[in-house]
Amino acid sequence: MVAIRNEKCLVNSMVLLRLFIGWHFLYEGIIKLYNPDWTSYGYLASAQGPFRPFFIWMTNDSMIGMADWGNKIALVFVGLTLLLGIFEKWGAIVGALLLALYYLAHPSFPWVDQLNVEGSYWFVNKNLIELVACVVIYQMPTSRYFGLQRIFSKKEVMTHTK
Amino acid sequence: MKFTRRDALKGLGGIPLMGAVWWAGAANTVAEKKERSAILEQLNIQPSLPSAVPGIGGNPIRIGIIGFGIRGEQLCRALGFATNEWKEEMRLAAEEDPKHTALADFEAQDKLNVQLAGICDIFDYQANKALNSFNTPDNKMERFRTFQEMNRSGKVDAVVIATPDHWHAPMAIDALENNIHVYLEKPMTHTVEETYRLREAARNSKAVFQLGHQHRQTLSFQTAKDIIQKGTIGHVSLIQTNTNRNDDNGAWMYDIHPDASPQTIDWDMFLGSAPKVPFNKNHFFRWRKWWSYGSGLSGDLLSHDYDRLNCVLNMGIPDSVMASGGIYTHRDGRNVPDVLQVNMEYPNFNTGSSQPKGKEKGMTFVYSATLGNGFNRPTILMGHDGTLELGNQLTIWPDGGSTRYTDMIEAKKMNPGVPIYQYNPGASTPDGVASATSQYFADKGLMWTYINGARVDSTFLHMREWLSSARNGGKVSCGIQEGFEEAISSHMAGLSYKLGRRIEWDSEQEQLKPIEGIDFDEALLASM
Repeated sequence: MVAIRNEKCLVNSMVLLRLFIGWHFLYEGIIKLYNPDWTSYGYLASAQGPFRPFFIWMTNDSMIGMADWGNKIALVFVGLTLLLGIFEKWGAIVGALLLALYYLAHPSFPWVDQLNVEGSYWFVNKNLIELVACVVIYQMPTSRYFGLQRIFSKKEVMTHTK
Repeated sequence: MKFTRRDALKGLGGIPLMGAVWWAGAANTVAEKKERSAILEQLNIQPSLPSAVPGIGGNPIRIGIIGFGIRGEQLCRALGFATNEWKEEMRLAAEEDPKHTALADFEAQDKLNVQLAGICDIFDYQANKALNSFNTPDNKMERFRTFQEMNRSGKVDAVVIATPDHWHAPMAIDALENNIHVYLEKPMTHTVEETYRLREAARNSKAVFQLGHQHRQTLSFQTAKDIIQKGTIGHVSLIQTNTNRNDDNGAWMYDIHPDASPQTIDWDMFLGSAPKVPFNKNHFFRWRKWWSYGSGLSGDLLSHDYDRLNCVLNMGIPDSVMASGGIYTHRDGRNVPDVLQVNMEYPNFNTGSSQPKGKEKGMTFVYSATLGNGFNRPTILMGHDGTLELGNQLTIWPDGGSTRYTDMIEAKKMNPGVPIYQYNPGASTPDGVASATSQYFADKGLMWTYINGARVDSTFLHMREWLSSARNGGKVSCGIQEGFEEAISSHMAGLSYKLGRRIEWDSEQEQLKPIEGIDFDEALLASM
């Protein structure tokens, strides 16, 4: 179906895409991890669109702590897996799920108020694009080419050959 | 198979990237935090905590309500008593908008050990409304024809007065002379002369007097006091407070009830000391629009802003006042102004200085009001070192020309466009305030305060403090001295507007400096 003219270029581009997304997630996670005042409360409490009640529910006292920590841990997990190149498929799935939550909390639907957004969007916004990029990473893993997985897989091969 | 150099590079290449990103994120966050905490440490502002008041033990305090209009009903709710009609209305409002929490807030309010024992209202409908909801097996309530009768019945320990302004002093004086505790709505008095008589009555009475400036309970104002005392914004030379309203309710165009008639309203009692005029529903329900019963912008709304600042700065009565204005947006037969500018001068007042001694002294308090535009102009305290925006939230900006912050500004650690301090005790509580007028009061911190993130009606706190002091002793926040200063300052503004002259205060003699040929009270009451 697809004719790839230069497979090496594609793999390199995929590595770059994976690293940048990992970079982005890790930085977001670290910023939150090191700031004890950070909370997702504002983002959740101002949620818009059809899933608003769900996000509002997450702001109640018993949930908000879990939501905050879940978000921080998930961000760092995605960042580490994609940057280091290990368990990248899991990283891509978790990343896509997180982005889906971010998108649904503040969807770029024309009938919904756009709060705290830079740029102009009509249904598709940057969260959605990054989500699709995570799906692509899931389809085309590159950690055996660039990443810790390369070392582990070699090791496996080496132990098998012994 | 063997590990090659290429394998090592490609296998471990992500690790330095991870290290770099991790380091950058952590370093940036920590550095930013350090800078913030250095500034905050230097400012050393202590957000106030609510002061605890001893509970009201023993038998319930028996309260008589004088005046059950709009404010009277609100005060009863603060005491824990809401009419059935209001509860139903709020239930429906909450059904329509889940953010409308008036009923839930009311139900969550702590219960006070009180009994609403008496009601005085000269409009039968209003008196019966109170009786229908409040006269229950748990709370025996009785209607009295006059406040004098109620004060002498032996059936009430305290009264809450929410009547037109011209009745404030006579009713409060009568209660205090009978040693009945008084909670009086603002403005404290309607004339200069009765201000002195009420002060005398309060001083001689065993009862506790509290003036209804409930914002004295607002935590942000108590924090603002700390900010000023620590010299955070330096010498304040100008204060700007405003009233901006653009709706009928805000311009005192209240509804006229269909049951109102000479048969259901005791008209002579309403008039009291006011000039005799035939029965007039417009006057009865919209009394704030005439000097005979109300006090116009100066007594009605300036008094709020004045006391808000007097609570923070304790600046007292101004040396002189100049005011001007007119009836420019509601030419409907009213004789009080709807646009008013007041300048109060405090040439000897000082909030502390970061500059050489003696360079800075004196302050002007500006009140600017219109009932024809609702654009929100915040209350601003302008100091040499910074600017403080005062409301339910507090924000401080450093000033570009500040002496105190010169180094910080030069080192780019402070930026005149970026606040160095923000206090928002209710940040995690989404608000649902109903009308334009209540939003006006809420923004100014006149309606709510926040305790541990929960929204609390400041009127409830103010009344609780009054009742606790009545039962246990102890000071109230807005007693007769604060009331005296509020009343005199408001009257000076009203007089200056009416006379078109500078009105001066003689602080030694504690009286207005006389102006030849002018009787101040006559001028104040004149219909212009």
